Amino acid sequence: MSGEGTMQSEVGASAMARARWRWPEVMFWLLAAAAILIFPNRYLLLTEIAWLGLFALSLDLILGYAGIVSLGHAAFFGFGGYAAGLLALHGVVKEPVLALIVAGLAAMVLGFATSFLVMRGSDLTRLMVTLGIALLLRELANKFSNITGGSDGLQGIEMQPILGLFAFDMFGKVGFIYCLVVLFVLFLLARRLVNSPFGLSLRAIRNNPLRASAIGIPVNRRLIAIYTVSAFYAGVAGALSTQTTALASLDGFAFERSADLMLVLIIGGTGYLYGGLIGAVIFKLLQEFFSAITPQFWQFWIGAVLIVIVLIGRERLHRWVMFVPRLVAGQFARAGTSAVVSKGETL
Amino acid sequence: MTLALETVHLEKAFGGLRVTRDLSLKIEAGARHALIGPNGAGKTTVINLLTGVLKPNSGEILLEGSEITGMPVHKRVLRGLSRTFQINQLYPDMTPLETVGLAVSEHLGHGSDWWRRMGTRGHINDEIAENLARFHLLDAMNERTSTLPYGKQRLLEIAVAIAAKPRVLLLDEPAAGVPESERHDILAAVASLPRDVTVLLIEHDMDLVFSFADRISVLVNGALLVEGAPDEVARDPQVKAVYLGEGADA
Amino acid sequence: MTLLTILFDGVAYGMLLFVLASGLAVTLGLMNFVNLAHGAFAMAGGYACAILVNRMGWPFFAALPMAFIVSALIGAVMERSLYRHLYHRSHLDQVLFTIGLVFMAVTAMDYVMGSSQTFIKLPDYLQGQIDLFGLNVGRYRLMIIMICGLLTLALQMILSKTRFGSRLRAAVDDPRAASGLGINVPQVFALTFAFGCGLAGMGGALGAEILGLDPYFPLKFMIYFLIVVTVGGSSSITGPFMASLLLGIGDVAGKYYVPKLGAFVIYTLMIVILLWRPNGLFGRTATR
Repeated sequence: MSGEGTMQSEVGASAMARARWRWPEVMFWLLAAAAILIFPNRYLLLTEIAWLGLFALSLDLILGYAGIVSLGHAAFFGFGGYAAGLLALHGVVKEPVLALIVAGLAAMVLGFATSFLVMRGSDLTRLMVTLGIALLLRELANKFSNITGGSDGLQGIEMQPILGLFAFDMFGKVGFIYCLVVLFVLFLLARRLVNSPFGLSLRAIRNNPLRASAIGIPVNRRLIAIYTVSAFYAGVAGALSTQTTALASLDGFAFERSADLMLVLIIGGTGYLYGGLIGAVIFKLLQEFFSAITPQFWQFWIGAVLIVIVLIGRERLHRWVMFVPRLVAGQFARAGTSAVVSKGETL
Repeated sequence: MTLALETVHLEKAFGGLRVTRDLSLKIEAGARHALIGPNGAGKTTVINLLTGVLKPNSGEILLEGSEITGMPVHKRVLRGLSRTFQINQLYPDMTPLETVGLAVSEHLGHGSDWWRRMGTRGHINDEIAENLARFHLLDAMNERTSTLPYGKQRLLEIAVAIAAKPRVLLLDEPAAGVPESERHDILAAVASLPRDVTVLLIEHDMDLVFSFADRISVLVNGALLVEGAPDEVARDPQVKAVYLGEGADA
Repeated sequence: MTLLTILFDGVAYGMLLFVLASGLAVTLGLMNFVNLAHGAFAMAGGYACAILVNRMGWPFFAALPMAFIVSALIGAVMERSLYRHLYHRSHLDQVLFTIGLVFMAVTAMDYVMGSSQTFIKLPDYLQGQIDLFGLNVGRYRLMIIMICGLLTLALQMILSKTRFGSRLRAAVDDPRAASGLGINVPQVFALTFAFGCGLAGMGGALGAEILGLDPYFPLKFMIYFLIVVTVGGSSSITGPFMASLLLGIGDVAGKYYVPKLGAFVIYTLMIVILLWRPNGLFGRTATR
C-alpha cells in the first residue's frame, strides 16, 4: 500500500464492489421475463406473485433494513388499492401508469403521516400501533361504504389501456408484463437506495441505534424516510392488484394480509431484497398446493407452516431446506444487496 | 483560554438516587483532561449527559460557548462532539471500511445520499483512507468487525469517533479490556491525537492517565472532589483516601 | 336514563373484557410473551360451554366452570409442549408463532362447527330485563357484572393474600431475582398461563351472548385484548381493569352516539393513548 492515490482507489473499489451486479441476479430477472413465454396459461398467478413480491419488498425495506416491526403494512396496500380503484372508477385519472403513481403517492402521504406514530415506543407498541392503524382504515372503509362499496368492494372498474397503447387482455398477459416491469423498476430503485450511504446508515440504525446517533446519524429522520418510501411501494403493490383484477376490497386492509406478508418474508429471508420476491413465489405455490388439498381451509396449513418455521427457527430452517436457494441467494448477497451476511442474526 | 466544553451545575437523578451532583466542569480548548474516580462514581453518566444520551434534571452544557443542553445526540456530533464507548458499540457484520465510511459520509453531509452508490465520491474515499491508515486498519478494512482481535476493535472504536472530525473527543476507558500486547497501539493512537482536538479521557489505568493528561478531575459519588494538575492530584490526601480506602486500584 | 343504561352496558362489557384479557396481561407482564392466540382459548371455552348446554343439556351454570377447565387444560398442554420453547425468542417470533396458532384454530373451528354464529341456550331467568333501582337492566348483563366482579375480587385476593400470589408478583417484578429467592418461576408461569387461559375460556362462554361466538372470534377480538393489555400496562391488575372499563364504556358509548364510526373510536383512542404513554396508562408494559 503505497501512496495516497492507491489507497483512495482501493477504498473506493472495495466500497463499490458490493453494488456490482452478479450473474445470479441477472439470471433471476431473465427467468422472470422468460415466465411470460414459459407459462402462457398461468398469467393470473404470475401477476399475483409479482405484486405480492413488491409488497414483500416494501416490508423488507423497513423490517429487514431498518428493523421496524409492523403488523399493519396492509394499511398502505389497501389504501393504494382503493386509491387506484377510485381513480379508475370515477375517471379521475384514466391512464393506469399515472393512476399507479398517484395511488402510490397517496399511500406515501399516509405513510409519512403515520410514521411519527411508529417511531415512539418499543417493538410491542409498534406492533400494536401499526395493527391499530390498519384495522382503523378497514373500519373506515367499511363504514363509508357509499364511497368504498363496503364489504362488497369497489366494483365495476374498467381499466383503460396502459400508456394508451396496451389494453388489458382477458388472459392477463398484459397485466403480468405491466406488473413485472413496475416491479423491476421499483426494484432497481430500492437496490440503489440500499447500496447508498443512506442504506448503510439504515443498517447501522437497525443494528445499534445508540451507536448510530453517536456517529451523527439523525435516526428518526432516516427511519421516517424509509417508512415513507416503504409505504409508497406497498401502495403501488395494492394499486397493481386492483388494476389487474379490476376489484378493490376490504381484504386489502385485512390482518390476514399483513400476517401472510410476514410469512412471505420469513420464507424468503430478510435483508437482501430478493427475499420478498423469492418468498412470494414459494408462498403462492404453497397456497396453490394447500388449496388443492383443502380448498376452503388452506390458511390452516399456512398457519402450520408458520408454526413449524418459527419452532425450528428461521435460521436453521433456511440452512436445511433452502440449501440450494441459499447458495443462489449467497451469490445475490455478495452481489451487493445484502444487509445481513451472517447467520445467527435475529430480529 | 477558551472553554471547549463546560457544564454548569449539572444534576442528574434516577428516582431518588442522585448520580450527578452539582457538577461544574470546565475543559479548556486543546486540553488533555482526564476524569478519574472509583467505580460507580458516575463517570460514564457524565459522558452520557454530555453527549445527550441522558437528559439532565437541571443545569447546562456548553460546547465552545454555545448551549447544547437540549440538543439531540446526532446534532451534537455534527457540532463537533464525539465519543467512544466503554464497551465497544461496533457493528459486528460491517467492515471497518463501512463503519468509518458511515461516519465520514455523515460528517461530510452525504449521509442521506440515496442515489449514489457508496465509494463513488473521491473526497470521501480520501478521508476514509486517511483515517484507516492512521489507525493501522487498512489491512483489515474488508474484514467483518466481529473477526478482528479485540485491540483492533478498540482502535476502530476510536477511529470511528475521530472520523467525525470532532473538536471535542470523549474517550470512555479506551484501554479497557485490551490485552497487554495490544495496549501499546491504543496508547499510541490516543497520544497521537491532533492537538487542536480537546480530549476528555475516562480511565482506570493510572499509567495512561498520568502520561496523557495535563489536568485531572476526580469524581466521587457524582460530585467533583478535586481538580488540578496531575502531580497536585496525586499528592492530594483526599484522593489518596478515596483510592486507598477502596483498596488497590488500577 | 339512556346514559345510565349505556354506562351499565359499558361496565358489563368492560368487565367481560377484563376477564377475557387478564390472562394475557399477566402472560405479557410475567414472561414478556406476546400471545396473539389468547382469543383462541376464549373461543375454546365458549364452544365447550355451547356444546355442553346445547347438545348435552347441561345447565348453564354447570357448563361455565367446565369452560374454564377445558380452556385451562388446553392452555396447560400447549404451554408445556409448544409455548415454552419460545420464551426467549424475540417478540416478532412469538407474534408469528401465535398468529400461526390463530390461523389453525380459526380454520379448524370453521371446519368443525361451521362459520355461523353459535348461540348458547340461556336459562329463562337470565333472559329479558329486571328492574334495578328503577332502572331497566338486562338480566344477562347484570349476571355478567356480578360474576366478573366476583372473579376480579377473587383474582385480587389470590394475588395479594396467597403465597402463590406473592410468588407470582415477585416473578412478574423480576424473574431473575425471584428464582434467586427459590421461586420456581417456570412452574409459576405454567400455572398462571393455564389459569389465564381458563379465565379466557370462561370469558368466552360468558361473552357468547354479548360478543358473539363464531370461528373468527380470536381474530375479531385480538385487538381488544391487546388494547386492554397495552393501555392498561401489565404490572398490576388495576391497570388492565381500568383499561377494560374504559374500553367497554367507550365502545358502547361510541357505537351509540356515533354509530357511523363504530369501532373507529376505540382504535383512535388506543393510538392516542399509546402515543401519549407508550408504556401504557397505568404501568409498564413489558419493555424488557
